[in-house]
Amino acid sequence: MASEEHRQHVISSSVYVGIWAVLMVLTGVTVFASFIELGDLNIVVALVIATIKATLVVLFFMHLYYSSKLTKVTVVAAVFFLFLLLALSMTDYLTRHWLTNPMR
Amino acid sequence: MAASDIEIAEHNLQHHFADMDQQRETSTFGMWLFLVTEIMFFGGLFCAYLVYRATYYQAFVEGSQTMNIWLGATNTAVLICSSLSMALAVRCAQLDQRKMMVILLIVTMLFGAAFLGIKAVEYHEHWTHHQFPGPNFQFEGAEAGGVSPQNVQIYFSLYWAMTGLHALHMVIGIGLVTWITIAGARGRYSADYYSPVENVGLYWHFVDLVWIYLFPLLYLISKKHGG
Repeated sequence: MASEEHRQHVISSSVYVGIWAVLMVLTGVTVFASFIELGDLNIVVALVIATIKATLVVLFFMHLYYSSKLTKVTVVAAVFFLFLLLALSMTDYLTRHWLTNPMR
Repeated sequence: MAASDIEIAEHNLQHHFADMDQQRETSTFGMWLFLVTEIMFFGGLFCAYLVYRATYYQAFVEGSQTMNIWLGATNTAVLICSSLSMALAVRCAQLDQRKMMVILLIVTMLFGAAFLGIKAVEYHEHWTHHQFPGPNFQFEGAEAGGVSPQNVQIYFSLYWAMTGLHALHMVIGIGLVTWITIAGARGRYSADYYSPVENVGLYWHFVDLVWIYLFPLLYLISKKHGG
């Protein structure tokens, strides 16, 4: 890979415009979905749509799809550490009331 | 490739790199490493949001009712448009289309300024309604909803901190785009050397990414009152 044609991959502008259109539609969908009462599912729908949008931005606008493996691993590691930060913190806060404190 | 392009490339190749490709790879990787630290930077705020949202869910619902969902949605669209023009500007840099690149960078800045303008309108709204945390904080709807204004204040603290930090990133982003626009107009970049354009683009898209999560988390918590 390294010694082949070295100019960075140039993505065609129709791909960019296509991604833009999908992002705009998804923004509309997430606003529309927020007006439907889905209970606990509302936040799930909103975050799934946000994550699809974020993935499209990272892969194409930020060229990660065409980047080196090193860069890909770095980004995945960042997401993993963010997950650790959020998940391990919540294992504390969400489980505190499971234990009844006899001193209280 | 014109002779001036080779000059730009040779002039910009630092002595510790073997060639322009290695230099570009390295600088882009460095930018990504910086963005990783930015993810953790914002991650702390997202974590605080998650903890307090889980603890004071009703107060967060009440607070989010005061958000203007249409201004928020418009701003999301504005940022997505700015990301498109930024991505196309980087593409122009790759293809040596310098005039078009400068035009697209200016368009990007205009979208960025539009975002900040709309944000300022929202901030002014909240400010005049005493929805800024501190001694003057007031929240009338709270008693009706059975939640303490103190807890709604936590929502607004996070709202101001998260959108404020994001807005600060937008201001820095516009500054960076101004810099590469001027340098680009002066012919500092070519198809062989455009790392600054690429890296500022990465930064701009990252700021867009943060907003993609801020919008649903702060504006779309629950529309239960049928807005």
